[in-house]
Amino acid sequence: MNTRIQRGMIIDRLFFHSTRIFAWAVLTVIIAIVVSLFIGAAPSIRKFGLGFLVSTAWNPVTENFGALVSIYGTLVTSAIAMLIGIPVSFGIALFITELCPPFLKRPIGTAIELLAAIPSIIYGMWGLFVFAPLFGDYIQPWVTDHLGAMPVVGALFSGPPLGIGILTAGIILAIMVIPFMSAVMRDMFEVVPAVLKESAYGIGATTWEVVRHVVLPYTKIGVVGGIMLGLGRALGETMAVTFVIGNANRIHTSLFMPGNTISSSLANEFTEAVGEMYTSSLIELGLILFLITFVVLAVAKFLLFRIAGREGRRG
Amino acid sequence: MQALTDAGLYRRRRFANVSILIISVLTTAFGLFWLVWLLWTLLSQGLQYLDLSIFFQATPPPGSNGGLGNAILGSIVLTVVGVLIGAPAGVFAGTYLSEFARDSKAASVIRFVNDILLSAPSIILGVFVYEVVVVRMGHFSGWAGSLALALIALPIVVRTTEDMLRLVPNSVREAAAALGAPQWKVTVAIVFRAARSGILTGILLAVARISGETAPLLFTALNNQFWSHSLNEPIANLPVVIFQFAMSPYDDWQHLAWAGAVLITLTILLINILVRVFLKTPKSRY
Repeated sequence: MNTRIQRGMIIDRLFFHSTRIFAWAVLTVIIAIVVSLFIGAAPSIRKFGLGFLVSTAWNPVTENFGALVSIYGTLVTSAIAMLIGIPVSFGIALFITELCPPFLKRPIGTAIELLAAIPSIIYGMWGLFVFAPLFGDYIQPWVTDHLGAMPVVGALFSGPPLGIGILTAGIILAIMVIPFMSAVMRDMFEVVPAVLKESAYGIGATTWEVVRHVVLPYTKIGVVGGIMLGLGRALGETMAVTFVIGNANRIHTSLFMPGNTISSSLANEFTEAVGEMYTSSLIELGLILFLITFVVLAVAKFLLFRIAGREGRRG
Repeated sequence: MQALTDAGLYRRRRFANVSILIISVLTTAFGLFWLVWLLWTLLSQGLQYLDLSIFFQATPPPGSNGGLGNAILGSIVLTVVGVLIGAPAGVFAGTYLSEFARDSKAASVIRFVNDILLSAPSIILGVFVYEVVVVRMGHFSGWAGSLALALIALPIVVRTTEDMLRLVPNSVREAAAALGAPQWKVTVAIVFRAARSGILTGILLAVARISGETAPLLFTALNNQFWSHSLNEPIANLPVVIFQFAMSPYDDWQHLAWAGAVLITLTILLINILVRVFLKTPKSRY
């Protein structure tokens, strides 16, 4: 009997330590990623220093590299995705939580979530072969006709209607992050205590007033957290952008022109990069992308964590 | 006078309300519209090229007949090996977070890092595996590809495992412990059994996620025009073949790319729908 207890204790310790090893492995992976990116980027960091961040050069022949064009493309495409994605995700979350008849809740929620399950390469193919031609033939000329003459905005929407480019990439990114953001917002809206909403309805508030003055103030931290989560996804999205961005290393004022993002540069050039400096510069791009997304996701986590903490105290 | 302004206020409020609600319905329609359009494109473009030979012939040089057999097999092998590496590690780590270290500082750090890894750009994982595996070994390989996929599967499984184990009520653990079961037995025989369908859901979702991943395979598994016999060499896989063929100027390659796109999307959607219909869905993905 004693040996049985002892055996149980030994297996217990083994079990405990093996689960602990794998849990710490998760942390080790993240640290290893940062360290290996720094080591890989070291030659480029030594050669270009901080100037790498503000240089628009990208010349494999003279081995002169800079990240500004890719960083610009990454930020602008993500900004477009947010401009479209945030209001749409909000509308979807509002529809699902406040308007939708109960029997449609799950089917519609699931359908939106399925958008997130479709692999990004499929978005890329669809964007390049279906969306971009239609966009270039119909939408872009119309936009140029109507907005092109305006003083500041016009410059953003001028140039040849190529179909592909920064704007197209931003729109496709928006479609891809909508499911993530609307899912977070929906989950947030659903935990608003019914009694708060009922009291607002009780004094005669309309649905929109309840959402505007009760639901939103109650969930605003979580909503911002969800938006940051979507932003993190948009910044790092690779394949869909690679298909439609046009792979050009220039900064144009017009959103219709082709460009580059960090991830599309990596996808297009990494396997073909020859020479230490070329590879190293691409890895430094990767490092920059990782650091940007790390900060954005950390903020998202922090905000969502605060919401979870509040729920815990109330419960 | 007072009554008039009140009526105006009421009209304004109603107008604001109705317009917002209409916009909300429209945004939902907007979201669903893309899903329908994407699926319709896939089916109308891809189904016509889908026949049995796709499954049995290897990827052709441009201009000749062929299929996607080697790429389909390669994708299955990469995904299975990736899950076999990532899922057990994830289940163990999730168990630690839920059963042993629930409220500790260490657990909250690991949880935080795991959520970052969950949303980190997958192409970065590709660069990482390239640095530590491909450069060391001196060549691209199926192992490197599987490892990159395992790193994507890992945080998904950690997250769902922990969430699912936490749903098991403590009274169940206490009941087992009161009968004298050592903790490993409580966890494996009681808690795991209670959370079985949830853990399985997490693993299936990880399969669905990694079977469509392209970016991390570009610099790890690369591609291979022929049937691969070893994970120690570059291996053909569906996503990279689709990427390469879709970007090519050859019509027959593009047709194969559409056929592959249909296969991969339908498989992934099927897994997702099955998971939602038959198993418990993990509540949160963030």
